[in-house]
Amino acid sequence: MNVSKKELVTIHNVDKIFKRGSEEIHVLGGLDLQIPEGEFLALMGPSGSGKSTLLNLIGGLDRPSQGSVIVGGEPIDKLSERKLASWRARHVGLVFQFYNLMPVLTAQKNVELPLLLTGLSRSERRKRSAIALDIVGLSHRKGHYPRTLSGGEQQRVGIARAIVTDPTLLLCDEPTGDLDRKSGDEILDLLQALNKEQGKTIVMVTHDIHAAARASRTLYLNKGKLSTEAEE
Amino acid sequence: MNRLLNWFSQIVSITLFNVRSLPQRIGSSLTAVLGIAGVVAVLVGVLSIAQGILRTMERSVSPDNVVVLRSGATYEMMSGLSGDDARFISEGPGLARDESGPLASPELFVVINLPMRSTGSDANVPLRGVSLIAPDLRSGFRIVEGRMFEPGLNELIVGVGSQREIVGLEVGSTITVAQEEWPIVGAFEAGGGLAESEIWVDAAVLQPAYRRGNSYQVVYAKLKSPDSFQEYKDALTSDPRLNVKPVLEADYYEEQSALLYNLITGLGTLIAVIMSLGAMFGALNTMYTAISSRSREIATLRALGFHASPVVISVLMESLFLALVGGIIGALAAWLVFDGYRAATLNFSSFSQVAFAFDVSPSLLIRGIVFAMVIGLIGGLFPAIRAARQPVATALREL
Repeated sequence: MNVSKKELVTIHNVDKIFKRGSEEIHVLGGLDLQIPEGEFLALMGPSGSGKSTLLNLIGGLDRPSQGSVIVGGEPIDKLSERKLASWRARHVGLVFQFYNLMPVLTAQKNVELPLLLTGLSRSERRKRSAIALDIVGLSHRKGHYPRTLSGGEQQRVGIARAIVTDPTLLLCDEPTGDLDRKSGDEILDLLQALNKEQGKTIVMVTHDIHAAARASRTLYLNKGKLSTEAEE
Repeated sequence: MNRLLNWFSQIVSITLFNVRSLPQRIGSSLTAVLGIAGVVAVLVGVLSIAQGILRTMERSVSPDNVVVLRSGATYEMMSGLSGDDARFISEGPGLARDESGPLASPELFVVINLPMRSTGSDANVPLRGVSLIAPDLRSGFRIVEGRMFEPGLNELIVGVGSQREIVGLEVGSTITVAQEEWPIVGAFEAGGGLAESEIWVDAAVLQPAYRRGNSYQVVYAKLKSPDSFQEYKDALTSDPRLNVKPVLEADYYEEQSALLYNLITGLGTLIAVIMSLGAMFGALNTMYTAISSRSREIATLRALGFHASPVVISVLMESLFLALVGGIIGALAAWLVFDGYRAATLNFSSFSQVAFAFDVSPSLLIRGIVFAMVIGLIGGLFPAIRAARQPVATALREL
């Protein structure tokens, strides 16, 4: 493991148990993970192995049943709901499989959305969302509504929205899962560029080996445990 | 300050999405709006009946008028006064006078059966025997057709309210009173007051027709000023020859209308509350649908860092907005349909018909809209709380 870089994410001895009625489902058990700053990590594993659950724990969208999740020195499992929401707004950029754009907003307004939580002026918000759209190469489509954009374009808007606040961490849940190969490749190029050129730390959950190959490290999750190799 | 502003801008932006996505949910939103509109229209409509009756009663009232009944009687039908009683009452101190004497009218009150225009069934129509002073004691009295009756003749004049509601009260026609045909010689207005529901005749003619001898039921009189009432009342109640109860006309009519007013208001409110339960479920359903159809959007917003409270408030705002639209439509519909609509009903206190107009007053409209907002608030509250409580990670996975 590269020790010269600072750890951005430290997960220690994390359990995650879901309750369905009286039944308890152990999704993660005693899991440890360190993610250094500037890493592009791919998480792979079969369906239901807990990849998205782990991503949600790192992003503060869910809490561990036991153990600690520390991101950028902050033990986020200890934060209140309210503080956690504010923390997410500042530190996490989320990219979803199905883009999760607001259908009633234009591309530009969608990108601007997280900036509403920052207290920036209207003109500053416009400027920053324009820059983000420029980075993903969609400046010319800023006035379009999501329904008029292709899947690849929608995902690029999703990425622009994720990076517009300049977050510490970019979390991508199957970002190419709904796209054809060509559009998927463009998205992966973009993520790779964000990682290499801007030093963004990225955690990407994927089913696709081709996508995982773009990451600097790949971990496999199986039956709640992490390993560096896929289990057969 | 910055935090508050931030919070406020979160509410505004989420509410704006909600409202902008309304067209996608037009069907269920419209159902909720129309449900609420229906409830408000019924509430305002029924209450406007009570309001109309109250207004009719209030219009009959003059602040310096006094009504004298036999002690223990609460309405004219129950009262009885001898000719001597009537004379003593008319001569009491503190009454206004003109050249012919005190402004006091001993009156007789009977009820006759005549068919209503609306149903064809018989209604109790008040037939009042009056003196020639009576018109001076009803504000706004005016003969609008024909002429005043001649004293001593069995001639009738009819109030415009009774004319509207009852068959055969045209000037020039006759009606049967005490097995004889009595001609109608005139029609009168009385400022929209209660007297417009009555038929009048000379008391001296009505007494023998109904074998009442020289007796009356009530004396209406005008005081010099409202301040004279105590003096007049003390004189009458301390007079050993009399056993009577003088009351101010305002108090008398308030008591007369209370039963009917409370009954209609109570029934109207009950109906509206029962209906509003239905509308409330409509609103609940609409908002639950609205939220579940946008649960991923709401979860995305929360994932991006929007707080739960702006989500709750924006859902409530949408629900209140729908309720407001419904309330305004319902109130306007009630106003267009019911305001000024004329009808008659039985006043239980006098067992006779009172003609009135539905009165959709501004305060009723406001009451209707407030009622709608309450429905909207309750209908939106539970879905809003559910939206805020839904775990973000779970909601994100739902499609």
